[in-house]
Amino acid sequence: MIPTIRQPRLVRYSYRAYVALFFLYLALPLVVVSVFAFNNSQFPSLPWEGGTLAWFFGSERPMIGVFHERPILRALGNSAFIAFFVSLMSVVLGATNAFLFNRYEFRLKSFFYMLMLLPLVIPGIVLGISILVFSSTAANGIEETIGWDIEALRPGLPLVILGQFSFITTIVTLVVSARLHKFDRSLEEAALNLGASHLTAVRTITLPFLLPALIGGFVVAFLMSFENFNTTLMLVGSDAPLTIAMFDRMKEGSTPLLNAVSLLLMIGSSTLALMMIALQRKD
Amino acid sequence: MRAGSKLGFILLFTPLVLWLGLLIIIPHIDMFLISIRERIGVGKYDTSLANYLTFFGEPLYMLTFARTALMSVLATALTLVIGFPVAFYIAKIAKGRLQSALFLLCLVPFWVSELVRTFGWMILLRETGVFSNLLQWVGLADQPVEMLYNDVAMMVGLVYTSMLFMVVPLITTMESLDDSVIEAGYDLGGNGMSVMREIVIPHAMPGIVSGSIVVFMLSLGNYLTPTMLGGKDSLWFTELIYSQFIVRFNWELGAAFGFMLLLLSSIIVWGTLKLSGQTLEKTMG
Amino acid sequence: MTPQDLEIQNLTKKFDAFTAVDDVSFSVPAGSFFSILGPSGCGKTTIMRMVAGFIDPTSGDIRIKGRSVLDTPPNKRPVNMVFQHLALFPMMNIAENIGYGLRRKGVAKDEITRKVGEVLERIGLPDIGQRKVDELSGGQKQRVAIARCMVLEPDVLLLDEPLGALDLKLREHMKVELKTLQAAFDTTFVYITHDQSEALVMSDQIAVMNHGRFEQVGTGQELYYRPQSAFVAGFVGDSNRWRGKVTRAKAGQLQIITEAGLTMTGNNHRRDLSVGDAADIYVRPEAIRISRSADDLAQFENKMSGTVASLLFNGAASRLILKTESGEEIEVTLPQSGEFAGVGRGDTLHFGWSGEQANSFAASEDFTQVYQ
Repeated sequence: MIPTIRQPRLVRYSYRAYVALFFLYLALPLVVVSVFAFNNSQFPSLPWEGGTLAWFFGSERPMIGVFHERPILRALGNSAFIAFFVSLMSVVLGATNAFLFNRYEFRLKSFFYMLMLLPLVIPGIVLGISILVFSSTAANGIEETIGWDIEALRPGLPLVILGQFSFITTIVTLVVSARLHKFDRSLEEAALNLGASHLTAVRTITLPFLLPALIGGFVVAFLMSFENFNTTLMLVGSDAPLTIAMFDRMKEGSTPLLNAVSLLLMIGSSTLALMMIALQRKD
Repeated sequence: MRAGSKLGFILLFTPLVLWLGLLIIIPHIDMFLISIRERIGVGKYDTSLANYLTFFGEPLYMLTFARTALMSVLATALTLVIGFPVAFYIAKIAKGRLQSALFLLCLVPFWVSELVRTFGWMILLRETGVFSNLLQWVGLADQPVEMLYNDVAMMVGLVYTSMLFMVVPLITTMESLDDSVIEAGYDLGGNGMSVMREIVIPHAMPGIVSGSIVVFMLSLGNYLTPTMLGGKDSLWFTELIYSQFIVRFNWELGAAFGFMLLLLSSIIVWGTLKLSGQTLEKTMG
Repeated sequence: MTPQDLEIQNLTKKFDAFTAVDDVSFSVPAGSFFSILGPSGCGKTTIMRMVAGFIDPTSGDIRIKGRSVLDTPPNKRPVNMVFQHLALFPMMNIAENIGYGLRRKGVAKDEITRKVGEVLERIGLPDIGQRKVDELSGGQKQRVAIARCMVLEPDVLLLDEPLGALDLKLREHMKVELKTLQAAFDTTFVYITHDQSEALVMSDQIAVMNHGRFEQVGTGQELYYRPQSAFVAGFVGDSNRWRGKVTRAKAGQLQIITEAGLTMTGNNHRRDLSVGDAADIYVRPEAIRISRSADDLAQFENKMSGTVASLLFNGAASRLILKTESGEEIEVTLPQSGEFAGVGRGDTLHFGWSGEQANSFAASEDFTQVYQ
């Protein structure tokens, strides 16, 4: 129990040991993934054949490193492309949603709020197939009526972007709403009182206040998009993002190249996440 | 509403409706419509419940469905039981720097792709993996041990993947429990057990519910972990959906499967909310 | 000698280098209302939490009804505590809150129902058992928090500034009510507060605490009229304060010249001050008599006159600030008997006080401290 309630030493120490064990459980898979990125072997497993950086920088078979492996780099580019657009779109819509639910009273508001939350409780794979089904219905319909074949409605990057956007928006809406909720409306009133127009007040006072949440929302969306698997799996076309490309390789049998990619991903995403947390701390 | 305000409302309301309509509601209706049609010839369809009859008639489908549901419940329960003491430690026992450091440590692994985490478990558990070698080195095994491709490995992976979504809401709710309330419980004669049962757990209920819902959802809809860590005969329902859609190209049956999965998760989420007297707005918002 | 309900012997608590409680001893007789009064950070909460069992003392002993409780965990101690923010359990209704401790003791269900009903009756809220905590008013919560403890019939009830969160009017009301409840339950109350008025109104005995030590233990009257230290004089009630030098000390009488040059005389109240010592002199505004003519003040050792610099009207607690010719400002109570109804800025008034009413102490740093 809490520190002010005395507990027998044995209880205290076993509790601490349990917590330590838990964090070991959390760390273990990530540690082994990182360590084997440096294994001088064709397989990410024991025995340890000595350290090498070839899985990062190697340019000759059989050890082609991440930075020379074209398909992986391409997949990385695809992922970044998708993540950028998903984040941008969901931050914009997240912000308008947050304003809508914070500032307006309208009929069926709580119904719409519940609808807004719904994507969180729909399994990602179902979200994926429903969008797949609908987009192909739409594409077929358009083709039959006016004869255009709209490529964007067939599995591929645009559909992946829409699929991820459909549920990441909810999360960004919640992030922005949380901050807007803390906003003191009298600051806006003070701006109006000092001669600003309604829109100017929002632009000069409210939006700067929301900025940390908008940036935070962008980063969260970016990370979620980057690591999304389920929804993407159903909507992906010939251009695969990184998670799908890695998944395909993993099914074929893994080399430490995958560890090297994973390690870079970990470094990238934790840097982003820590930067975001630091930004919010400062606030 | 004033004219300007009305315009603002329309400008904000339209994107919401477009998003929900085009990406959530209509696609699901369309999926349902597809699931109730039957192909009777090339490009010819009839409305029927044939796909659902197939689902209920084929033991493999029903069994996989039930198994997925039960295993997801089990994974949720395990995550709760394992995560609760840790969340309590971070929320109520660790103080100051240690507290924020532990909290961060909880978060960081989950900014890493699920694929990477699963990959880590594969390296640990497989025949040539770290654990197998460790056991041989210690002398507990005299030949490589395969620990991958079974239900236990899958469960380890599922619990691992969902842990964050349990621990964070638990920490948030328990942090809001004032120390003096716990002290009052002791002061009035309670002990560790009764204070837990009557004070801490009831207080943490919203966190328990929202954590459980999210973890259940994630387990139910998981594809990667059962595929990579589970065995050949531990089929997951999402694998059936995937194979109907991508491998067999039988979208009608796949849509019916998808709809069953959605129905199951909705019933369980709704039931949990009703039983615990919570609402979706309160637990998710 | 019968054992006291609560005896504290040489209690000390150190947090690293900081001594929060420094060798404190006191005892509380059965059925009395004992208060510990001091500014925040003086160590009073630490004492209370040691008695309740949430902090282990560094040294010393805590005895309840003659038995040391140092080795008894908080959930087994025969003391209960009303927490600063009450700590009512929000997940339970009122009856469940009050019955909580009885359930822990394994009391039978109908017995619990009966006892809870009884105690609700006693606090005058018989019908609120099924209500939720947040449906009660501040005063009702207060009473429920006390009832939740009293239903367990503790030897000592600890109260940790429970009135702090209430607004002023309710606080005034609850002071009287707490005292009545204490008499009704006939239980020993130990009350800690930084509010002198709460302590003075309710307590049989008050300990004034500062920097981890008890400065003085006594009744309200003793603290008010005969403070034993400059700290107590400054903390309990208001005072005019001057720093000066002792110029004469004879037969219990002191003559002190303040830094601004005023000469004052006063009783030394058996404190050890001799000629040449630096001294602080404390005189309460309500101990000073004002008059329009100097003749009315013939009986006082200290007589002066000054002009009204400002009038601080506050009903019965109204005061004047008078400025003497040497420029000293003195606060005096303005009687509301009608005699001084027309007094205003610039009027000249005579004033004086008896040496008996002045308290002089060796100069200390407490002189410059501002409390509350």
